Amino acid sequence: MLRILWLQSGGCGGCTQSLLGSEPRSLFAELQGAGIEFVWHPSFSQASDGEARAILEACAGGAQPFDVLCVEGAMLRGPGGSGKFHLMAGDGRPLTDWVERLARRARWVFAIGSCSAFGGFSASTPGNPLEACGLQYDNDEAGGLLGADFRSAAGLPVVNIAGCPAHPGWVVDTLEKLALEGLTASDLDDFRRPLLYAEQLVHHGCPRNEYYEFKASAQKPSDLGCLMENLGCKGTQAHADCNIRPWNGAGSCLRGGYACISCTEPGFEAPGHPFQETPKVAGIPMGLPTDMPKAWFVALAALSKSATPKRVRDNAVADHAVIRPAIKKTGLK
Amino acid sequence: MTRLVVGPFNRVEGDLEITLDVDDGVIAAARVNAPLFRGFEQILVGRPPADALAVVPRICGICSVGQSAAAASALADAMGLQATPNGLLARQLIQATENLADHLSHFYLFFMPDFARPAYAGRPWYDAVARRFAAVKGSAAADVLPARANFLKLMGFLAGKWPHTLALQPGGSTRAPTSAERIRVLALLRDFRSFVETVVLGDDLENFATLDSADGLAAWADGRTGDFPAFLATAADLGLDRIGRGSDRFLAYGAYGLFPAGLWQAGGASTPLDPGAISEDTRHAWLAAGKPRHPAVGETVVDADNPDGYTWCKAPRYDGTVAEVGALARQAVAGHPLARDMIERHGASVSARVVARLLELASVLPAMEGWVKAMVPGEAFCAHASLPDECQGAGLVEAARGSLGHWLSVRRGRIDRYQIIAPTTWNFSPRDAADRPGPLEQALVGLPAGPNAPPTVQHVVRSFDPCMVCTVH
Repeated sequence: MLRILWLQSGGCGGCTQSLLGSEPRSLFAELQGAGIEFVWHPSFSQASDGEARAILEACAGGAQPFDVLCVEGAMLRGPGGSGKFHLMAGDGRPLTDWVERLARRARWVFAIGSCSAFGGFSASTPGNPLEACGLQYDNDEAGGLLGADFRSAAGLPVVNIAGCPAHPGWVVDTLEKLALEGLTASDLDDFRRPLLYAEQLVHHGCPRNEYYEFKASAQKPSDLGCLMENLGCKGTQAHADCNIRPWNGAGSCLRGGYACISCTEPGFEAPGHPFQETPKVAGIPMGLPTDMPKAWFVALAALSKSATPKRVRDNAVADHAVIRPAIKKTGLK
Repeated sequence: MTRLVVGPFNRVEGDLEITLDVDDGVIAAARVNAPLFRGFEQILVGRPPADALAVVPRICGICSVGQSAAAASALADAMGLQATPNGLLARQLIQATENLADHLSHFYLFFMPDFARPAYAGRPWYDAVARRFAAVKGSAAADVLPARANFLKLMGFLAGKWPHTLALQPGGSTRAPTSAERIRVLALLRDFRSFVETVVLGDDLENFATLDSADGLAAWADGRTGDFPAFLATAADLGLDRIGRGSDRFLAYGAYGLFPAGLWQAGGASTPLDPGAISEDTRHAWLAAGKPRHPAVGETVVDADNPDGYTWCKAPRYDGTVAEVGALARQAVAGHPLARDMIERHGASVSARVVARLLELASVLPAMEGWVKAMVPGEAFCAHASLPDECQGAGLVEAARGSLGHWLSVRRGRIDRYQIIAPTTWNFSPRDAADRPGPLEQALVGLPAGPNAPPTVQHVVRSFDPCMVCTVH
C-alpha cells in the first residue's frame, strides 16, 4: 500500500473538498482499489485530539512509516519568523516545524494546490505580512519553506499539483501513477507540476473556440464570446487540462462563463490588473497565446475579425445564442 | 480544577483547539481557539473592487459560493444594482447546491463517524452504526460520495466548477443554461432527491418536512430504515437532544426568499433583523484592542502579543448579546414548528442542530426544482452597472453554517476596507470585553471531559458544523 499523510495549513481546505468529488467511484474506494490509503487526513480520519497527535509524532519520529506527505495550504512563517500564524492545535508548535520534520521522513512530498506549491493568496498581501510561501517555491522562485535543494527520500523535489483548487483527477491520477509505476523528474514540468495535466493549455478544448478563431469577443460578464480580448482570460497561456477533463461533470471556468485566471501558475493571485479585465497596450492584449509570435497574432486577429460571420459576431455579445448555425440544404460534403 | 487542551479536531473544516477547565470530570469553562490566521481582509485592501469576486471564494473551500454571494451582494449594494430574475434564480440554485451538499458532507463525513468510536462498543446500536459510518471504511461513503459528486454536477452546469467559481456577479450569473441543460439539471435534482429519500430519510421529502414536534419526530423515526432515523435512535439512547445548549438566541440574515431574516428567542416571536446592531469585539483575540465596532467601520490589526488574546477569532455580538447562527437558527427564525419545539423543550442541542439540517435538505430541494422551472429562456441572466469610485455596500447572506456578512468601502476606485463576519465567527466566538462566552463556549459547560469521559465534547463541537478557515478569514 502507498500510505498518505495529509496536513493542512494556510489555505481554505478547498483542494480536499474538490478531491471528495472524485469520480466515478467514491474517493476512498477508488484509492483503496489502487493500493493507496490514508495514514491520517484532517477531514476524513477518525483520530482526533491526542490520538491524532500520537500518529503525527509517530510519523515524524519514524515509528509510523508513510510514503507521501501531502500538504494543502501555504506555509505561514510569520509573524517575525515565529510561525505563530498557524500553531498545531493541541500541540502549540508551528505547522511549519511539523512540515519540515515530516518532509524529512517522506519518500515523496506533494504540494496540493497553488497555496502549498507557490504561496497563493496568503502570500499576496503587499509586503507579505504572513511571511507565506510554498513548500519549495516562493512565488516563481525556488526556495520556499524546504529550500531549493530539498529532495525527498525518493530523490524528487516537491511535486506541485498546482491549481486553485486542484482538480480531483489531478491528485488521484498522480497518486495512482506513483502507485502503479513510480514518478520521475521527467514526469514533471519546469514548475514541477505533473505533466499528466500540465502539458495541456486551458485553451485546448475550450468550448468558445469558434469565438476565439474569429476574435468575436465578449464585452461583459455572461456574454458567450471569447473572454481573452476584454474579460481577462488567460486560457491560452495557463497550463492545465480544464477544458479536456471536465469539472463537476460538465464544467470549467470557460464553460461557466468567466475567465481562466491561470490558477495553476505561480503568482496568479496578484496579476497586477483586475482579474476580469484584460490588460492591453495600444488595444492589443499584453498576454498573447503561448508560443504565438506577436506579429502573426496581430495580423491573424485583424484578418479573422473582418471575416467573422454575423452569427458568431452577434452571439458573442449575448448570453444565449440569438442566431443558429445555418442548415445547408444540399447535403454536406 | 485541571486544564485540558483539546485538539486538533479532525473532521471540522480548518483548525480548532479548545481549552477546558475541568472540575471533577465536568467542564467548568471552555475557551475556543482558532489557531490559524488567514488575513483575507488585508489581502483585499487596495485591490479593484470587482476582484473581491475572485478573492473571497478562496477564503473557504467548503462555503466558497457563500463567500462569492456575499461579495456579489455587497458590490450590488454599492452599485445600487438589482440582479435580473433569471440571475437571481441561478444564484439561489448555486447557493442552495453548496449549502445542501455541505449538510450532506457534514452528516456523513464529519459528524457520524464519532459514533463509531470504540467508547460506544456495547451500545445496542453500535455494530450497525460503526459498519455504516466509520471514517473512511464505513459502507456509507460508497453511497454518499457518488451522490454528492452527482449533485455537485449542478455546479458544472450553472457555475463552471466548485469550489471557487466566478459565476456569481453583482447583477446575477455569468452562465445562462441552455434549454437542454435545464432538463439535465432537473434530472440531477431528481437523482439527488431519490438518494435523500431512499438512503438518508427513508421517506418522501415533503412528508418529513411537515413534521411539527419532537414527539412527532420520534414517532416518525420509530422502526424506520434510513441513515437519519439510525442517527435519531442513537441520539435518543445518548440523550443528545438535551445537551449542547448555547446562548439560545438565534440570528439569521434570510435565505432564498424561503427563510426570513431576524432574531428569535425561545418563548417569543421573531423580530426583524437590524444590521446596525451587529458589532465585533477584539478583546480576547490576538488583534489590536479597541471598542466594539460595527463591521462597516471595523478594523483587523494583528497584535500577536495581546495578553488577553486566546484566538484569532473576533467576538461578534448582536445588540451586544451572543447569538447562534446556522440551519437551526434559520429554521427557528422562520418558525419551523419542529425546530422551535425542540428548542423550547431542551434548548439548542446536538440533535436539534442535526435535525434542522435535514429539514433544510427536505424543504430546499423541492424549491430548487421550482427555481429551475421558473427560469425564463431568452431573458437575461446578468444585469450590468459600473461601480462608483467612492461607495459602500453590505452583503448579508446565509451560508450552510449560518449568517455571513461582507462590508465593503471603496475609495478612489479601490477597496479601502473589507470586513467579514463568518458563521463560525458567531458560533465559535471567544469571550467579549464583558467576559460573556460565545455559543460553543457556553454549550460545553457542564459536559463530561477528561480521561475515560465519553466523546460528548466531540459531538457538541461538530453539531455546529464549524468552518474554521472562514472564522479566521
